[in-house]
Amino acid sequence: MSKAAVDVPMKGGFSFDLCRRNEMLSKKGVQPPSFLKTGTTIVGLIFQDGVILGADTRATEGPIVADKNCEKIHYMAPNIYCCGAGTAADTEAVTDMVSSQLQLHRYHTGRESRVVTALTLLKSHLFSYQGYVQAALVLGGVDVTGPHLHTIYPHGSTDTLPFATMGSGSLAAMAVFESKYHEGLTRDGGVRLVTEAICSGIFNDLGSGSNVDVCVITKGQTEYLRNHQLPNPRTYINEKGYAFSKKTGL
Amino acid sequence: MDPSMADLNSPHSMGTTIIGVTYDGGVILGADSRTSTGMYVANRASDKITKLTDNVYLCRSGSAADSQIVSDYVRYYLHQHTIQLGQPATVKVAANLVRLISYNNKNMLQTGLIVGGWDKYNGGKIYGVPLGGTIIEQPFAIGGSGSTYLYGFFDQEWKDGMTKDEAEKLVVKAVSLAIARDGASGGFVRTVIINSEGVTRNFYPGDAFPLWHEELEPQNSLLDILSSSSSSEPMVS
Repeated sequence: MSKAAVDVPMKGGFSFDLCRRNEMLSKKGVQPPSFLKTGTTIVGLIFQDGVILGADTRATEGPIVADKNCEKIHYMAPNIYCCGAGTAADTEAVTDMVSSQLQLHRYHTGRESRVVTALTLLKSHLFSYQGYVQAALVLGGVDVTGPHLHTIYPHGSTDTLPFATMGSGSLAAMAVFESKYHEGLTRDGGVRLVTEAICSGIFNDLGSGSNVDVCVITKGQTEYLRNHQLPNPRTYINEKGYAFSKKTGL
Repeated sequence: MDPSMADLNSPHSMGTTIIGVTYDGGVILGADSRTSTGMYVANRASDKITKLTDNVYLCRSGSAADSQIVSDYVRYYLHQHTIQLGQPATVKVAANLVRLISYNNKNMLQTGLIVGGWDKYNGGKIYGVPLGGTIIEQPFAIGGSGSTYLYGFFDQEWKDGMTKDEAEKLVVKAVSLAIARDGASGGFVRTVIINSEGVTRNFYPGDAFPLWHEELEPQNSLLDILSSSSSSEPMVS
């Protein structure tokens, strides 16, 4: 091919210059920036007359704690809540989107939302993104057919269980559930067990930490217990406070 | 995220043992109950034998997400088909729908399925729909990672014209053998019996099947093993 033909600038089509740049950078060992992830402990269980969900409140960005008191129990419907683990943006986006679809569905039908409806909407969205929407969820609620608890994985598979754990602290929390869960738990016993499982994640998993959030859903009633337990209080607070004077000039 | 946790993010797959067997008058489907992500058992009580219609069931193996989506679609199509036809769908129709979806999306799916059921035209029938999306009518079908341990067993033990009890015993024994040798299969055995009378579901917990080679009696505590052994010396590592 003649030299002139090579020098003519491209008229259209795609440019792959940046792909070559990125390949060069990754060969040199440059790490691309990471997303905000919730290294998490989230759990749920079915008790005597409903469902209890629980979550820790730490959000991490690689090794850094980005938020010490974030909310991981998301609203889906008045009778359905959902705990999220994975990429924070994805869990937030997917639960918000589905809760909006559920609200529209309620306006249309005039009936209370069902947990399986939320489950199907979530799993079909996650499946269509083939695991690239990184949301691992514990979905719980009480509807006309009774209490329900499901786990949903990023690839879109679902399980139905009497007790469930998710996130990086799931192993620590599951150890507590496997040794202490039994059928016919009372409300207080259930909240205590959920709190213990989350604390097991908080203290034994580096990705989890700070406080315990709990959500108790029974027929016709939902209680969102934000910061139900604070196992990591601040031991020292400067008596002068941390505020700076407004005037910073010399 | 911690690299040792990486396998928790790997897709949910069912390292599985699934079985379908025809007998004199119907079919028996069997499966273990383990679902794993990498090295972690994500669900020890899963149900891999899914209902498609009143008279047709499906054993799922491979990716949990893929096999669930296929079974959800087939269940939806069969429901519509049953209404339009005004009578139950045949096992052949159900299996062909499974094949159609598996074949048309073969590049997207990682799932092997066994369809089994009973209808008034052809009686009990088993269809295997393996990875590529072909369909094979078989007197018995085995699938999943645990099935590799079972080919010889079935070649020897499967007989034409077995009774219901003989066939169920065979299925439970086969799944328990696979659970003993295949690390990805575990938990307990589920069976579904389908014949002209309807559907029966059974489950057999771990202590209900026999002890195979080198297996120990169930123990309540590690201390029981230590105290029953002859030497009183403490264990030294």
